[in-house]
Amino acid sequence: MDILLQQIINGLTTGSVYAVVALGYTMVYGVIQLINFAHGEVVMIGAMVAFSIITSLAGSSLPPLVIVLAGVMAAVPACMVIGYLLERAAYRPLRHAPRLAPLITAIGMSIVLQHLALLAWGRNPLAFPQIIDNRVFAVGGAAISSVQIAIILLSLTMMGGLSWFVYRTRFGIAIRASAENVHVAGLMGVNADRVIAATFVIGAGLGAVAGVMYGSYYGIAHYTMGFSLGLKAFSAAVLGGIGNIAGAMLGGILLGLVEALGTGYVGDLTNLCAWPGAQGWLAAQCADGGHFVLFGSNYQDVFAFLMLILVLVFRPSGLLGERVSERA
Amino acid sequence: MALALLEALNLHVRYGGISAVKGISFAVEENEIVCLIGANGAGKTSTLKALARMIPSSGEIHYRTERIEAVPSHDLIGRGLALVPEGRGIFARLTVAENLAMGAYHRRDATGIADDVERVFALLPRLKERKAQVAGTLSGGEQQMLAIGRALMGRPKLLLLDEPSMGLAPLMVEKVFEVIRAVAAEGMTILLVEQNARLALEVCSRGYVMESGLITLADNSAALLADSRVRAAYLGE
Repeated sequence: MDILLQQIINGLTTGSVYAVVALGYTMVYGVIQLINFAHGEVVMIGAMVAFSIITSLAGSSLPPLVIVLAGVMAAVPACMVIGYLLERAAYRPLRHAPRLAPLITAIGMSIVLQHLALLAWGRNPLAFPQIIDNRVFAVGGAAISSVQIAIILLSLTMMGGLSWFVYRTRFGIAIRASAENVHVAGLMGVNADRVIAATFVIGAGLGAVAGVMYGSYYGIAHYTMGFSLGLKAFSAAVLGGIGNIAGAMLGGILLGLVEALGTGYVGDLTNLCAWPGAQGWLAAQCADGGHFVLFGSNYQDVFAFLMLILVLVFRPSGLLGERVSERA
Repeated sequence: MALALLEALNLHVRYGGISAVKGISFAVEENEIVCLIGANGAGKTSTLKALARMIPSSGEIHYRTERIEAVPSHDLIGRGLALVPEGRGIFARLTVAENLAMGAYHRRDATGIADDVERVFALLPRLKERKAQVAGTLSGGEQQMLAIGRALMGRPKLLLLDEPSMGLAPLMVEKVFEVIRAVAAEGMTILLVEQNARLALEVCSRGYVMESGLITLADNSAALLADSRVRAAYLGE
């Protein structure tokens, strides 16, 4: 099996989910400079709602694709409502408060949502019903499953749709204008409250689909799944340049690739037995094809945050986050 | 006397404990070009921001037939009141064309908007050459032109201009003021805030002089240009 190609396929899959989630962080940050730490939980609730719908319909005679679509169709509006309520109830009253206040509120809302999900869906991991026959195709020595193909295509479609919306429509241009200067956009007649609410609702809707994709990819949903997924997507948004929509997409895909390739190769690269000059005790360990691996694939989560640290140290504005300055 | 298009009565602006504008009254009549001159920190920009409802203030603001103190900022352009803010406030990452489209955001008449884009391009040909360019790459003078063109896209009845000469090379300042004269010649009512008193008074028919939050002088431009206090304090004589 070709490990490189396989890890690229896996990385593109998780990366496109990160990208879609990262869009939710970056759009909100772009307009109100708030890191909505509860966004990961919104994504989790999307997965949970879809799980409930799909499980309850799984026994029916409906075609499997219709059942999955019903799950998505229920998750998206549910998450949009939660996104709207978050902004309305938790963040809007703090719009003019010191920046730390909404940030702490965001962390608080994240905990609240997590525990509401705990109450509603319980503490055990929920097995996502695999009702669609997951076929696997061989490509050049690697395998790609129909779920992976669906995730990548759906993500690209959503990213394309969002790009069209923010770059080609009147309201989308207003969102980008507000991200630059909400007061001046107000002078043009843009209602800031509406734009801000829209970024939350759109981000939550995309996040809902991402949650369903993530749940069906790993076959599991859990009330804590939003935490690490959210942090990774946030890292992706920072990597691309927080506030930059194209950056979030690029950052997500890159982060997925780095994570998959890192996980795929870290074991081989840190296998001391593969290094020349093993002696003494180590040589004994390595005898007869033995291993002495420093870091295994359980270090998967390290790569995303390593990237985050490297970006923050060497390029804090992110890959595409270079601001065009207003010249005097 | 014609009814004033805009009238401020006993306008106050405070930032925390500091008073920036301390109870000023002034009026702008239809088709008039009025300027508000004064040194840095006199309260001119605060006055314009209060008129555009970008900051809270006390006192009365009458615009056309209503009082607008309680009208949110984003509802003013629909009433015909536009502000070109200090420092231009162009959207640097949007293209020139998108900036102009934002100026017409509150309008729904697609053909009227398209006509107005052509009118703005006729007035400001440099913008036409650069319409697909990101606005942040324009020169300072071009950005000021864009800010004015964008405000015109809203078809305002009253144009508030805040320091259009700020940070521009003298040659560019001349060009910007040529544009302001051209806009005025079409019958636009303008309230112009400027530190460059001579330029401002040459364009305006009347002027107010602001000092430390108060209006200390009000007269027609010719009289202000001849006034010994204005000459000493603002015209460098």
